[in-house]
Amino acid sequence: MFVSYKWLSQYVDIADQTPEELAEKITRAGIEVEGVEMPAAQMKGIVVGYVKSREQHPNADKLSKCLVDVGEEEPVQIICGAKNVDAGQYVAVARTGAVLPGNFKIKRAKLRGEESNGMICSLSELGIESRLNPKEYAEGIFNFPNDVTPGEDALAALNRDDAILELSLTPNRSDALSMMGVAYEVAAILGRDVKLPEPNPNEAGEPASEAIQIRIDAPEDNPLYIARVVKNVKIGPSPLWMQTLLMNAGVRPHNNVVDITNYVLMEYGQPLHAFDLDRIRTGEIVVRRAEEGEKFVTLDDAERTLSADQLVITNGKEAVALAGVMGGANSEVNDHTVNVLIESAYFDGQIVRNASKAHGLRSEASARFEKGVDPSRVQAACDRAAELMAEYAGGTVLSGRVVAGEYAPEPKKVSITLDRLNTRLGTELQMGGVEDIFSRLKFETETKNDEITVTVPTRRGDITIPEDLTEEVARLYGYDHIPLTLPEGESLPGGLSPYQLGRRVVRRYLEGAGFNQAVTYSLTSEKRAAQFALEVREPVALAMPMSEERAYLRESLLPHLVEAAAYNSARQMGSVALYETGSIYLNEGKNVQPKEEERLAGIITGIWQEHLWQGEKKAADFFTVKGVIEGAAARLGLTDRLSFQKATPEGFHPGRTAAVLFDEQPVGVIGQLHPSLAKEVDLKEAYLFELKLDVLLNAARVDLAYTPIPRFPSISRDIALVVDSTVEAALLETIIKEAGGSLLTNIHVFDVYEGDRMEAGKKSVAFALTYVNPDKTLTDDEVTAVHEKVLAALKEKANAELRA
Amino acid sequence: MEEQLKQLQDEAVMKAAAAQDLKELNDVRVAYLGKKGPVTEVLKGMGRLSAEERPKMGALVNVVREAITKAIETKQVSLESEAIQKQLAEESIDVTLPGRPVKLGGPHPLTRVTEEIEDLFIGMGYTVAEGPEVEQDYYNFEALNLPKGHPARDMQDTFYLTPELLMRTHTSPVQVRTMLKHEGKGPVKIICPGKVYRRDSDDATHSHQFNQIEGLVVGENIRMSDLKGTLDAFAKKMFGPDREIRLRPSFFPFTEPSVEVDVSCMCGGKGCSICKGTGWIEVLGAGMVHPNVLEMAGFDSTVYSGFAFGMGQERIAMLKYGVDDIRHFYTNDLRFLQQFSVHE
Ligand SMILES: [Zn+2]
Repeated sequence: MFVSYKWLSQYVDIADQTPEELAEKITRAGIEVEGVEMPAAQMKGIVVGYVKSREQHPNADKLSKCLVDVGEEEPVQIICGAKNVDAGQYVAVARTGAVLPGNFKIKRAKLRGEESNGMICSLSELGIESRLNPKEYAEGIFNFPNDVTPGEDALAALNRDDAILELSLTPNRSDALSMMGVAYEVAAILGRDVKLPEPNPNEAGEPASEAIQIRIDAPEDNPLYIARVVKNVKIGPSPLWMQTLLMNAGVRPHNNVVDITNYVLMEYGQPLHAFDLDRIRTGEIVVRRAEEGEKFVTLDDAERTLSADQLVITNGKEAVALAGVMGGANSEVNDHTVNVLIESAYFDGQIVRNASKAHGLRSEASARFEKGVDPSRVQAACDRAAELMAEYAGGTVLSGRVVAGEYAPEPKKVSITLDRLNTRLGTELQMGGVEDIFSRLKFETETKNDEITVTVPTRRGDITIPEDLTEEVARLYGYDHIPLTLPEGESLPGGLSPYQLGRRVVRRYLEGAGFNQAVTYSLTSEKRAAQFALEVREPVALAMPMSEERAYLRESLLPHLVEAAAYNSARQMGSVALYETGSIYLNEGKNVQPKEEERLAGIITGIWQEHLWQGEKKAADFFTVKGVIEGAAARLGLTDRLSFQKATPEGFHPGRTAAVLFDEQPVGVIGQLHPSLAKEVDLKEAYLFELKLDVLLNAARVDLAYTPIPRFPSISRDIALVVDSTVEAALLETIIKEAGGSLLTNIHVFDVYEGDRMEAGKKSVAFALTYVNPDKTLTDDEVTAVHEKVLAALKEKANAELRA
Repeated sequence: MEEQLKQLQDEAVMKAAAAQDLKELNDVRVAYLGKKGPVTEVLKGMGRLSAEERPKMGALVNVVREAITKAIETKQVSLESEAIQKQLAEESIDVTLPGRPVKLGGPHPLTRVTEEIEDLFIGMGYTVAEGPEVEQDYYNFEALNLPKGHPARDMQDTFYLTPELLMRTHTSPVQVRTMLKHEGKGPVKIICPGKVYRRDSDDATHSHQFNQIEGLVVGENIRMSDLKGTLDAFAKKMFGPDREIRLRPSFFPFTEPSVEVDVSCMCGGKGCSICKGTGWIEVLGAGMVHPNVLEMAGFDSTVYSGFAFGMGQERIAMLKYGVDDIRHFYTNDLRFLQQFSVHE
């Protein structure tokens, strides 16, 4: 909403407020002023000129040589390129030395050999957007009506010396969608009176009801319809002050009748429509629901197909307007119009929204109906328009109004006690102060004991409950005056849940291990939605995605991590270690919330460790990732419950990928990105992991208790085993553990060999075994006995021989 | 005999002093003091001496032996010291060469901000509540006083999955779910961090995915001044002790009254590009919980009141670290991420 400072000052005394001061006060009281524009501040030296003569430029077809009276003794010669310039016009002249918007300076010039002492201006050259220029001047220079004097300040005559406040209105404050509404707000802020117009058109001739009859067939949608008839109007431009104020409010001037309906719309917030009475033909207005499939040509010459949830104004036979949205081409006011019907009605917000949405027609009028207009202004706005048409279109207002329906809702009464008000705000206001605030708002109040009852005017439909009164008091009392306190009463211990703490532990662990945390998008393409997923389901889709790239919910964090690694790799950052924690979404059926699982995923590619001048350089491999996962499990106290099993999921290298098991149940995957996929995104060898973080964190409940350090020495035995190449280390380890019993406390692989010195199809795996008895010193014999058992078991279960 | 001993002593002391290394010195020790050495030989020959001569001679032998031993020891210390000096000289390194790198990762800046805010409110007695990102229309809108067809739904352009399911547009549904769990009994004191989604085209200042932290306190006699005091404490801890807050009336369907909260700019009110010359930066939306919201969540709004607030981690991170484009948070460029590995 654009508010002209000059226009506003008609209704409330703001002479002592600069536009900036006013803007700040309005903002602090609740309606944000996004900007204050002062057009004249960017211009100077622009006066009214009178074109005394115009002749063709001797050397240029498209230029005119004009002699212009600028209020001085001698007229000045100006070369003008506008097609519409002519003798006898009053125009805006930027004199030599003038400045136009954009710091455009006017200098004396010679154009094709002819001297030019200034420039005749169009409205857009004076900073008015061309979409707001009256059509006849949009392509050329502007002509003043004849009531100006050469030499006077053209910017003042055009109301360019105004200040325009741009209000950003929240949906609850549609009351400020009118000059009167803003006036009430400003009056409340400044503690002043509002001066409203009191329209009282001079009526003459026959009663209006003889010229038109009105019937409402859809009273739910249109409870009240008021019309006036103005005869013998002369269509022409509206007065300059009205045109310029409309442009300052962001409305394009058309002709006097249309401008007046728009002027009253901006003034009262009540949308009006002017029909050419004679083009209605039947002398009748009938308001009804549109028929399904009914055709109607709106005044923008577009044919619309209507439906039964839209409301039309008809002449009893055919539609003449789409109610509250747009008039019809068949009944619009044009240059030949003589008799005008002014419509002022209350249309239901929903019925107007249906039509404006269906046809994509958002207008100043429909926006106001949708938010709800003030029913108490329907009649006054109609009178106001009639009065202005009599004055500025030379018409005769017929006697009386034609009214159909009735809509005068009782103003709401809302009560609140002073105590409740003060306890909600944390203030110590007195009743007198509260009453004063409501009187500034021009709300009637009644006070009984501790309780104040406020009669809320119909213009403020947003106030319905006691808390709304609290807000009015708070914003006008001033939030700056509310003290700073902290909640009283029971104090609670704050903190993270064990799960949330665990998540942080995992993050810090990975960051300490060298990973940077990534955050990627949850929405992805159809192709990526289920890629690398631990559990593949029909991906969950958005109903109306904005792009194919963001149309589905991800089932794995990995696709976007691969994308991030490729992005970095393409920018000379070939060594990447990224991890992410986040949700994936599993389809549970239509209209059922998807299952959200928190995952931990990561990608490593390039060099993992390097210390170049000492010749150390280690590329990331499968065991780098595995070590990281094992470390995480160790940090969470889950080491013994995690295991790895060769697996061949899609998207991974079939020989270098493992399923991660937790308590024997699948909980994740680690492995090399399939080389052909890596090639597609220009990545070198890359390793991925994804784990069900929620499963791990929910299981990770370590009750830390100290285990005594063994007091007796341990005995170590190394064994090198020869087994078939296909035998996995994990199998040997399991056999050793089972056979070793409780004395065997530690076991690890220290060498693996497969090659020339081995028989084909065989490999050697060497283990270091540590035996301890916590209760006494182990003897060699005891260890040997256990060790023999271990070797026998290995022989029996894995055909493992001791390496010679 | 006496002379012979003197000569031996002189000879040995000279040889010890001349020894080039520990081995040579040891040879000297063995040659003169060893079991077959001349001093021992002299001692062995003492049996042949008379009873008067014997002690005299014994004392002399000891003197000689001690003198030789001392000479050897002195030389040994000096040789050992030389050897160490030599070894140390050989082992000398260039300490200015780079050390073996320890891989350092770090949290995402949005996580840093989230955890910092979490910790700050945890210190004030809050717990952290989380909830689903795909929500039912009911929890995201209806239970927050935004019935279907409410014009304010347009303020939050929404990704719908079905007419009843959507990507949550704020973390407020977590507040609703938490209140319902409390079954009408206060107090409730939570913050709700998480990802949210809006139908926005991604550009320098908009992202279809972003993060929010909302807070909710419900209790008997919770006041607007409590909201103000809480956010003032937050602003001072988050941005610095000299920062102040300013409340401006606003509108949210789920709070009444509603306010926008500005934090004073680091320029100290002089006006700069960050605050666009106003001295204030808009950081939070807040208000007193709307009685309809309390009632729908099972709280008696005549007994209970509450406040709620919400802020965006992206915006805070942009202000705090001077990040100029919101898309940086989702590109995962290592040159961006690695800047946040530093402890602040
Ligand atoms: Zn600043």
